[in-house]
Amino acid sequence: MSTLGEIVALSLAVSLSAVLLATLLGLPLGAAIAVGRFPGRRVLIVLLNALMGLPPVVVGLLVYLLLSRAGPLGELGLLFTPRAMVIAQTILVLPIIAALCRQSVEDAWVEYEEQLRSLGAHGLHAALTLVWDIRFSLVTAVLAGLGRALAEVGAVIIVGGNIDGVTRVMTTTIALETSKGDLPLALSLGLVLIALVIALNAAAHLIKEAAQRRYG
Amino acid sequence: MAASGSILPLTLRDAGFAAGGRSIIEGVSAEVAAGPTTIILGANGAGKSVLMRLMHGLLQPTSGVVAWRGQGAERLRRGQAMVFQRPIMLRRSALANILYALELARIPAAERGRQAMDALREVGLAEVAHRPARVLSGGEQQRLALARAWALHPEVLFLDEPTANLDPGATREIENVIKAFDASGTKIVMSTHNLGQARRLGDEVLFIHQGRLVERAPVDTFFRQPASAEAAAFIKGELPWT
Amino acid sequence: MDLMRILLTLSLCLAFPVAAQQRFITVASTTSTEQSGLFKHLLPLFEKKAGIQVRVVALGTGQSLDMAKRGDADVVFVHAKPLEERFVAEGYGVQRFEVMYNDFVLVGPKSDPAKVAGGKDIVTAFQKVKAAQAPFASRGDKSGTHFAELELWNAAGIDIAKDKGPWYRDTGSGMGPTLNTASGMNAYALTDRGTWLSFKNRGELVISVEGDRRLFNQYGVILVHPAKHPHVKKEMGQTFIEWIVSPDGQKAIADYKIGGEQLFFPNAK
Repeated sequence: MSTLGEIVALSLAVSLSAVLLATLLGLPLGAAIAVGRFPGRRVLIVLLNALMGLPPVVVGLLVYLLLSRAGPLGELGLLFTPRAMVIAQTILVLPIIAALCRQSVEDAWVEYEEQLRSLGAHGLHAALTLVWDIRFSLVTAVLAGLGRALAEVGAVIIVGGNIDGVTRVMTTTIALETSKGDLPLALSLGLVLIALVIALNAAAHLIKEAAQRRYG
Repeated sequence: MAASGSILPLTLRDAGFAAGGRSIIEGVSAEVAAGPTTIILGANGAGKSVLMRLMHGLLQPTSGVVAWRGQGAERLRRGQAMVFQRPIMLRRSALANILYALELARIPAAERGRQAMDALREVGLAEVAHRPARVLSGGEQQRLALARAWALHPEVLFLDEPTANLDPGATREIENVIKAFDASGTKIVMSTHNLGQARRLGDEVLFIHQGRLVERAPVDTFFRQPASAEAAAFIKGELPWT
Repeated sequence: MDLMRILLTLSLCLAFPVAAQQRFITVASTTSTEQSGLFKHLLPLFEKKAGIQVRVVALGTGQSLDMAKRGDADVVFVHAKPLEERFVAEGYGVQRFEVMYNDFVLVGPKSDPAKVAGGKDIVTAFQKVKAAQAPFASRGDKSGTHFAELELWNAAGIDIAKDKGPWYRDTGSGMGPTLNTASGMNAYALTDRGTWLSFKNRGELVISVEGDRRLFNQYGVILVHPAKHPHVKKEMGQTFIEWIVSPDGQKAIADYKIGGEQLFFPNAK
């Protein structure tokens, strides 16, 4: 049965995994859109920005329909497992990281473009060089994604099933305890969640400052 | 510097560039050959920067032709380097910035360290090799940009108003490096509106006025006896001590 | 670039080892059963005996049956006899077994505006609530509890869909949230005893009516039909069902108490 420690650990494991995946996919995606020039680019940018506001419960429903036995990916048997939760949260967080990365890279591209092209760096290679160069300011984008993942309940509760001992995380437990009328417990969990998010933000801020001082 | 098959001369045939409905460069025809240091001179807004970028390939002409000798985009890229008015450095050490350029030029990894340090020594920045490039002074960063270009051993070096933002001391250091480039056989194409600098470094002048190539002459001839009215007005307008 | 590839592979591998090592079944049940705490008491006993982990997904009765029809559960364990019998008749379930019953109670504010407190007749109580237009919080979520409530309005001769007024609040939510609403509004509500006993936000609510036979709530357990869904874990599911109707399982159910009070009454045949 889920102990408090297991619940917090699972929340972190699911959300951090999702953010890691979303970052690995979203940074190159955002960078590519930032430096690329192709028909429909502006529409894509608007769409990407709009997807930042994807309702978690809608994502949960869509992933549920995908992973359900009655759905196309039912064979994988992923429904009601932490992996399904990671998938749902990755989908939720990917647009945030990609869109914010695109904005930052596009701003930096204005400064770097001519010099990089002069040296022979083109396309995705140049974009990824930029991403690495501005990596510390991209921390903000990653943090935004992490905050979204840790705070959401709609997606994980549908695809995870809030199963005791298996897929119960902080937000779903808060929902459960509230509906049981155990408000003090729900509130304490809520405070733990908030404290966690504050700690993560503080750490990232310190990292950014240190990097600023070192690299200029 | 190129082993076999030089990419010079660069030929412009009625080259033009227009953007946003406005013509910025129009009907420029010229052959830029190896040897003399070519100065592109003109007032602000005359189109010098755009012309440089057309030559270097950062912009494609909207009319006419800009053609180097020989084929192969790869060789073209490696045959040229450009230094801009503001040096753009990555958030890495001075050495790492040069290594990055060498990596792009596909220099074998084992060679890169040595060649990069050689370039730094050439411009006198060897002691700051491991300092973050962005904390160096403006003059040092511009010297670093030149070191980065040096490491690539280009056949042609473009410089777009390289000392416009620097004080006289730093300016002199940069000019010394440019002279070293010239002495080693690199073709220099440089834009400036500093007449003294043009005289110090240049062999020939391409004078641009309102997007057109109005006059081309050896440096001495140009300053002593400008053939065109526009050139004469330009020389008079700019005070000789700048 | 190589660093990226390594990180990607690593994160995909580390993101949770495949659950295949652990033997488990998925049971679709209801939120009220889950919230009563029965599973926390019952399942460890079964898991120790059979070595099978039971993963309970708790939804409303309608949702649970839907989920099972889609093949996302191995066993259903709900309390809505007509719906369960239809489930089996339509071929989604193998066979329905009765397991236990609990009862519903009518809770209401201590002030008792409808004057029903202490009564033993639930149908009369419902009639009085409507007559007094006293606030009433309904689950409205097609759950077993909701159906039970609708049956009682029916028995009281009231067409609640037509005759409801602003006093009747359709919350469309689970038992806990509905009780929260009732507590906040000082309204009457029909709830299962289990949820009530573990509900901590009572406010001024107390039990108004209990003990009427019509308030008894029968639970049934059904194995999802392997003919419809070949991947169903039929042996393990069958083991669970056999245990829960066996003397051992039935005793475990009877042993579950909150504050000394038994919640569920085993009645497997």
